[in-house]
Amino acid sequence: MNFYDTIFYFFAFVTLVSAAIVVFSKNIIYSAFSLLFTFFGVAGIYVLLNADFIAVAQLLIYVGGILVLLLFGVMLTNKVVSVEMKTGTLQTIPASIIVAMTAGALCGVFYMTDWKIVRSVPQMTTTANSLGEMFMTTYLLPFEVASVVLLVALVGAAMIARRDRAIQNLKPKI
Amino acid sequence: MRNPEMFISLIKIVVVLVIMLTAVAYIVLLERRLAAAIQNRIGPNRVGWQGFLQPLADVLKLVLKEDIVPKSANKFIHDLAPVISISVALTTFAVVPFGDHITLFGQNIKLQIASVNVGILYILALTSLGVYGVTLSGWASNNKYSLLGGLRSSAQMISYELAMGLSIIGVVMLAGSLELDKIVQAQAGWKWNIFLQPIGFITFVVAAFAETNRLPFDLPEAEPELVAGYHTEYSGLKFGLFYLSEYANMLTSCAIITTLFLGGWQLPFLDGLGLPDFWLSLFHVGAFCLKVGVVLLFFIVIRWTIPRFRYDQLMNLGWKVMLPLTIANLLATGFVILLFE
Repeated sequence: MNFYDTIFYFFAFVTLVSAAIVVFSKNIIYSAFSLLFTFFGVAGIYVLLNADFIAVAQLLIYVGGILVLLLFGVMLTNKVVSVEMKTGTLQTIPASIIVAMTAGALCGVFYMTDWKIVRSVPQMTTTANSLGEMFMTTYLLPFEVASVVLLVALVGAAMIARRDRAIQNLKPKI
Repeated sequence: MRNPEMFISLIKIVVVLVIMLTAVAYIVLLERRLAAAIQNRIGPNRVGWQGFLQPLADVLKLVLKEDIVPKSANKFIHDLAPVISISVALTTFAVVPFGDHITLFGQNIKLQIASVNVGILYILALTSLGVYGVTLSGWASNNKYSLLGGLRSSAQMISYELAMGLSIIGVVMLAGSLELDKIVQAQAGWKWNIFLQPIGFITFVVAAFAETNRLPFDLPEAEPELVAGYHTEYSGLKFGLFYLSEYANMLTSCAIITTLFLGGWQLPFLDGLGLPDFWLSLFHVGAFCLKVGVVLLFFIVIRWTIPRFRYDQLMNLGWKVMLPLTIANLLATGFVILLFE
């Protein structure tokens, strides 16, 4: 096991353990908090794969944006520490059937896919450059569609959150 | 040593860390003396010559103080929050180039700890992590002033991050690279970005003030309203860590402003003098330190001359002034590049 492998196993360990804490912890703030380490571990694995841009984007968007909002939501709920989290077992038989089916499908895909295997690690190059070029040429349409979808979601969220005020403004002022 | 490169990197890390921590200690002293001068006081001048040992006395006092954790606080996160703050503040400096190359003991050493391909994005990603230290400390203290301070700070940091990122893009477009050393090289001579990107410079500096929670944007710890904000419930060394990370953040921001807008280690007309390489490298490092020092003085003087914003003014400035301004700057830069190149 060389240095590279050691680092990989370290990040894999961090990701898996913290992901397990996210799912199994009874304290909701610990769940939200250990999600931070899950994202970190995944970002570390991206760096090992020479995907530096994706790693930094992962930190910027998931850790710096989404998780902060998630923590906001968690912190502002009442009685954060004593929230009753249901982690008991319910509906054992249907759940196990669905889990088995999903696992089977995943394994099937995993074994049937013709994976593209790179024997030697390629030299670190600037990925941002080629990514940007592809976004502006080959994948321009999906890129634009994704941005429009996000914009619509944003406007919709603002609309729902401020519905009361919007309705009040619509009423004719007597 | 089997791997000389790793050894050199380790030495660079240790040297930069030691210099940074010492510099931070003396920035605190500088700030206190300058504040005193501005307010017509004398300031700390008793410990050592002109108060030069005051930082040591401060550290000793913080170490000897009792560490108090509130009874209803979440102990684990309460302990962890200052560590997050300080580690984020210190690791950001890793990608800042503080000189070109220097030849020491036959080794050509690059004066930058890590030359990351996506240098600027690395800085943005790490500054966005800084929110966690403040938010988690505010929540874990289980104190309403702390929580309010933490929430304010995260809202403020998220809002100004956007303007910060957008004001950098103009610089990136001019240099054509995300790497900080390439950006510095693109500013050779007098082609500093402060002249080419004046609007970007102003918005970036304002956003840097907001990101480091410095006055006039220090609402997270506004004394008249929130006691001390997010670090109300901290004492002893943990409070010291927050204090340290505030000043380390300030130092790093000044270094980034220097790198992006003031030409980094470039000193115009120096190459024409025909100095030996070794002295040239030293002059480059000296120029970098001098520029950082000037920006630091600017930060400190601003703190003691401008009053604090109100919260709605802060948000209005962030979303209604800074954001449109940076987008307009971006469009203008794009047009100019298209027209003239």
